[in-house]
Amino acid sequence: MLKDFFSKKKKYATIPREEAKQDVPEGLMQKCPQCKKIFYRKEVHKHLKVCPNCGYHHPLTAWERIDSLFDENTFVEWDKNMISENPLDFPDYAEKLEKDRKKSGLNEAVVTGKGKINGFPSAVAIMDSRYRMGSMGSVVGEKIARAIENAKEENLPFIIFTASGGARMQEGVLSLMQMTKTSIAIERFSEAGGLMISIMTHPTTGGVSASFASLGDFNFAEPGALIGFAGRRIIEQTIREKLPEDFQTAEFLLKHGQLDRVIHRQEMKEMLTTLLDIHQPGGVSE
Amino acid sequence: MKDQVLPFEKPVVELKQKIAELKKFTSDSDIDLSSEIQKLEDRLEKLVEEVYGNMQPWDRVQMARHPQRPTTLDYIQEIFEDFIELHGDRLYGDDEAIVAGVAKYKGTPITVIGHQRGKDTKENIRRNFGMPHPEGYRKALRLMKQADKFKRPIICFIDTKGAYPGKAAEERGQSEAIARNLKEMAGLKVPIICIVIGEGGSGGALALGVGDRIHMLENSTYSVISPEGAAALLWKDSNLAQKAAETMKITSYDLKELNIIDEIIPELKGGAHRNIKEQAKNIDKVLHASLQELISLSSEELLEKRWEKYKNIGKYTTLSS
Ligand SMILES: [Zn+2]
Repeated sequence: MLKDFFSKKKKYATIPREEAKQDVPEGLMQKCPQCKKIFYRKEVHKHLKVCPNCGYHHPLTAWERIDSLFDENTFVEWDKNMISENPLDFPDYAEKLEKDRKKSGLNEAVVTGKGKINGFPSAVAIMDSRYRMGSMGSVVGEKIARAIENAKEENLPFIIFTASGGARMQEGVLSLMQMTKTSIAIERFSEAGGLMISIMTHPTTGGVSASFASLGDFNFAEPGALIGFAGRRIIEQTIREKLPEDFQTAEFLLKHGQLDRVIHRQEMKEMLTTLLDIHQPGGVSE
Repeated sequence: MKDQVLPFEKPVVELKQKIAELKKFTSDSDIDLSSEIQKLEDRLEKLVEEVYGNMQPWDRVQMARHPQRPTTLDYIQEIFEDFIELHGDRLYGDDEAIVAGVAKYKGTPITVIGHQRGKDTKENIRRNFGMPHPEGYRKALRLMKQADKFKRPIICFIDTKGAYPGKAAEERGQSEAIARNLKEMAGLKVPIICIVIGEGGSGGALALGVGDRIHMLENSTYSVISPEGAAALLWKDSNLAQKAAETMKITSYDLKELNIIDEIIPELKGGAHRNIKEQAKNIDKVLHASLQELISLSSEELLEKRWEKYKNIGKYTTLSS
């Protein structure tokens, strides 16, 4: 799973800028990893980084996602300054964190906060795969759990966009236990009547797919996203057979009853707006 | 069955053999070697202390995986009465990599669930080496909800390399099954006590692991990835698993230090398999104490404390902005 991600990731065009805006320099070209056609970067960005030819969804950074969803100047970030420690004294971990901080302009692999989506106030957590492959350590778990608690306190719906290779190895069992922490937070939120929408984006695997990503009242995915528990290579080695091309894609999961819908990025805001509207207070009285 | 010897305990076994040979020799001849034998036995005593009192993480990994290590069913038989095994998830099938049922513990009705490895190849194939499919986790959840309905405490034994990485497992929603257990266990209004008895392999272990208490047998392990897997990712060499076992902090002592588990349950010298009855007594002591503490709590207190327990796991810093 991690390997697959690595090899694919190289083909992506990334924009290593803090809170990247859509002002990509003119003249820069970008090749679509799926249809191999070459486009102006600007053209691709105009379409929310979806290939104008084949519909391939390039990864969005957390801030690009926020810009694509929230009404202008409504987003307020939470826990921006929370950063990871190196609790196991894991070799090279501190350096890797620092490197990704510079590369992504983020303090960790998830941005949390609240804002308005077509006027509907919502709490969100948006993962960014540029930071340690979106892996979940103590900070990612804590920020997501706090965002859910905040949503509960403020009576907000909670929306999460996942993009993660799973639990973060360098924090050992502390990472594993973040699966539990976030899942308990979701249970408490759910018990209080909170609405949770999970949108799995490329890639959502391992400990993240096996915890909060799968725990929405609604579980959606972006087209073509890789979603699964175990990595393709490990499965192939275990069962000694070749897996189908579309194995563990969003479409594969939809076919096997594991998702509510696959939603095109350009329809995402509208779909969320409709769902938020449907879940406005009201309904059948108790 | 002949005891399987782990590499680190070889000196002990060799010395024991030597003593046995000498004893046999003296009984077959007229030469008196009793003082030599006594010396060797004194040395053996020291050696046992040295070898088992100084186990390295990799030694514990091997002990946790020992083919003769007692399994969930062994402990169920020793610790509980009137165990009735129950089968199936009511959705797809019955996964024998997890066993579950109702029983009595010192007179109190309980539900007990655990990963189940096989004792030989044939049983291991039937039980998929203790690596569950989604239906195993769904069976566990079904019976946990039953326990909740009838207000029975739940005891989980954790012993798996991990959830099975297979095609069918993915198609039937391995991720969803694990995730659902984590969320649903969070809301069960009965005490949940989890005991890692062998390997606690990642999400596949965690899916039975949302407890009000988590205990570990001294030589068991709990990890986010196997030492072999970690070594392959870190150093592109699965032969460095021994080093990874140290780096990853996966022993009961490591997890106690990280404040993740509640208690380390001591093991017999040479490992739990040396005497299942005695080992079960050590588990029983800790289990009994935990249950006493937990049954006195109201369900609201129980859920609140459960949240507090996990909420506090994690290490981070907040920069002043
Ligand atoms: Zn294309």
